Amino acid sequence: MIELNIYTPLTSHKVKDLTAGDKINLTGTIYTARDAAHERLINDIKKGNNPPFNLQNSIVYYVGPCPAKPGYVIGSSGPTTSYRMDKYTPFLLDKGIKGMIGKGVRSNEVISSMKKNDAVYFGAIGGAGALISSCIKKSKVIAYEDLGTEAVRELYVEDFPLIVVIDCKGNNLYNKQDRLKLSIGG
Amino acid sequence: MRKIKVNTIIEKVKEMCIKSNYNLGYDILNKIKEVSKTETSSIGKDILEKLLLNAKIAAEKELPICQDTGMAVFFVEIGQDTFIEGGSLTDSINEGVRQGYREGYLRKSIVKDPLIRQNTNDNTPSIIHYDIVKGDKLKICFAPKGFGSENMSKLKLLKPSDGVNGVKDFIIETVKEAGPNPCPPIVVGVGIGGTMEKACILAKKALFRDIDTYNKKQHIKDLEIELYNEINKLDIGPQGFGGNTTALGVNIEVFPTHIAGLPVAVNINCHVARHMEIVI
Repeated sequence: MIELNIYTPLTSHKVKDLTAGDKINLTGTIYTARDAAHERLINDIKKGNNPPFNLQNSIVYYVGPCPAKPGYVIGSSGPTTSYRMDKYTPFLLDKGIKGMIGKGVRSNEVISSMKKNDAVYFGAIGGAGALISSCIKKSKVIAYEDLGTEAVRELYVEDFPLIVVIDCKGNNLYNKQDRLKLSIGG
Repeated sequence: MRKIKVNTIIEKVKEMCIKSNYNLGYDILNKIKEVSKTETSSIGKDILEKLLLNAKIAAEKELPICQDTGMAVFFVEIGQDTFIEGGSLTDSINEGVRQGYREGYLRKSIVKDPLIRQNTNDNTPSIIHYDIVKGDKLKICFAPKGFGSENMSKLKLLKPSDGVNGVKDFIIETVKEAGPNPCPPIVVGVGIGGTMEKACILAKKALFRDIDTYNKKQHIKDLEIELYNEINKLDIGPQGFGGNTTALGVNIEVFPTHIAGLPVAVNINCHVARHMEIVI
């Protein structure tokens, strides 16, 4: 298991160096979107509108943060379960997204699309929202403000602790055979 | 007849909402400390240690342990000799939730209609289960229930002939299928018996019990221990990356049922298994 520092933007070149099981410290700009924001984002793009951020080489974080207390950048901000976004993900990968941060399994369609588009799926620690919020240095709502916690936010993160769950070759840390193949765990 | 003012209820509920979301219960904290020593996977061990650090940060900085501060679920026992003064009990519980979620900077996660999906912006309404009991006390048990784990819960109406093995298989199958999605290590709440809805309510109620306790019936306690051991052999592990810590606890509640039925409900909770109770 290796530990890597990764900086955004996330290019194909960087993605290809990542293997399931790698520990990552991510620094840079990422964008939040969960259920409702995905629905709107895709409808907007299909209507021909510009998306609220440049999708090319971007990373989307599946999160609905708590409100920020006075003096804080953001409230607790751990990942939400990713499979609910599976329906929307291949479309966004085709549009240039390179990384996703969440927790839990992804569909075969998502994994095929990740292989096709050189994309990576990172796992953040579910239920560690307080810890993760301390890695978020800047937060700004950039679209769909009426959605409240589900609005799209631009975040600047420093050393956000992640694990590569599914790499662009399709190796999957949730899969026991893949763990054995990559000599992970034990 | 003992009088209880609604303002007292509002204040207490508000406090419970905030405290339970900032402070992980000792039953869970102690268990995570214990299993972080016995976890066999290095990634798993690292995750369990980060969960302890997260709980420490949350308590010290007064931040929610998890951003999913849940749908507010209550089990309320009303002594039949109490009189609620100044308004309705349900309204005062919801007002406590409203104030707690606002003043505690907790996430508002409730939509007004399941299909139209517009946020109510105050985390109400709550789910409240009432029970009328003897005496003049008011007992309010609260749990903010996250939905990553709620979504992985299941109900099955087994046949009596399926027996205890059918029950075990269904519970194990539910945990297996949930895999990494509900944020393992999980707490498994099980309701066996009653009717369709009773089994579900029992499963929820099981999650309100500390994980360092057992069902008072010996054969159910044995089942809790057996399932705990079996689930921890599934190699799901912390966050689903493998390991021998998949469940922190298995709590089972039972109720009499019909000669034709064997309802079983499994309500999954994540490791941020928050619950609190007060007696007024």
